[in-house]
Amino acid sequence: MNEPGRRIEVASDQDVVRVRQQVRTLAVAVKLSLVDQTKIVTAASELARNTLVYGGGGWVEVAPADNGRRKGIRIVFSDHGPGIADLDLAFTDGYTTGGGLGLGLSGARRLVDEFDIVTAVGEGTTITVTKWCR
Amino acid sequence: MTLSADEAARFAVVLEDHQEALVTFWTDRVAATLRGRLSHAELQRQNAELRRGFQQALAGSAQDLSGEAATELRAQLAELSATRARQGFSTTETAVSIFSLKDAVLAALDTQGQVDAATLRDYIAFSSFVDEAALFTFDSYVRVREELIADQAEQLLELSTPVVKLWEGVVAVPLVGTLDSARAQVVMERLLQTLVDTGSPYAIIDITGVPAVDTQVAQHILKTVVAARLMGADCIISGIRPQIAQTIVALGIEFGDIATKSSLADALRYVLTQTGKKAR
Repeated sequence: MNEPGRRIEVASDQDVVRVRQQVRTLAVAVKLSLVDQTKIVTAASELARNTLVYGGGGWVEVAPADNGRRKGIRIVFSDHGPGIADLDLAFTDGYTTGGGLGLGLSGARRLVDEFDIVTAVGEGTTITVTKWCR
Repeated sequence: MTLSADEAARFAVVLEDHQEALVTFWTDRVAATLRGRLSHAELQRQNAELRRGFQQALAGSAQDLSGEAATELRAQLAELSATRARQGFSTTETAVSIFSLKDAVLAALDTQGQVDAATLRDYIAFSSFVDEAALFTFDSYVRVREELIADQAEQLLELSTPVVKLWEGVVAVPLVGTLDSARAQVVMERLLQTLVDTGSPYAIIDITGVPAVDTQVAQHILKTVVAARLMGADCIISGIRPQIAQTIVALGIEFGDIATKSSLADALRYVLTQTGKKAR
């Protein structure tokens, strides 16, 4: 029961801004609360930047979600980068290989309701997150 | 299909012999697409010059637009695109100004009586030369527009990062919009310079206008605060709205011992109390 979303190529910092705007527009449209809007926009910003910085670019798909009881927003981030070798380590607060704060991936997981990651070394990473209206 | 030297020479003659009729026909066509946004006299003058440019390029047996003989013509086309881009005409309107030369030339050929197969072949070759010229205006137009956009982006960057003196010894940086690396750099430089210039011991960074604070934004702010501290100034972060506070907590960002306030007024009050205490 999910409508097709809009796919945005992520190849530069401007694209991360576009992802953020797209997510915000849809979050307002599905009537997420202000706090949840900010949370999903921030999570999208983190993950889209990861796609760009660590995945070497990829695409993001933003779509409305509906599980029959609640409406929400589902975002897929996909890249064909190097993948993540050690997921536990990657989800450790403060661990970074890129000079950031090391909170993006773990923080994004705490900001959303559902978080799914598929990764293989040398093949890339695909992350799907969902935020439901409360 | 490129223009042969013979064809170029023949068209140079056509452009010369029919110059008045050509320019009039051409100007009428262009005037119709621009719908009176440029005066007829102005267009007439532009087209007369362009006709001369084309005629000279062809007389110099230019076979395509990249050659030596077409240097002058290229400069004319580039200038035309630049003016049109600045005056706010679209790419199509700019290119059509060139494309309609083909109609004008065809009309001129028609008046000569019968148009035979040889003339048609010539015309097709000439036509591709004009196409090339029109595409050239597209390129120049886009280049000029890109320059305009780059200039504006730079101006925006300057505009969007003011550092204001709020009180004696207190400067404030009201941040509005997305804080990317380029802007963070400008903000930091401006703030540190203002601290030196004004000798202020306090700086307030107000993030009321920042829509989302992610780890990158937080890192930029933290670095700015650390840099200001190294120079002996105390930084206060203000404008932290409820939704931003919750997001920062969920992300796990820690601002450590940096003072944070929900509004700029609170931050200023805090600074004044601090200085008041010290004065006594």
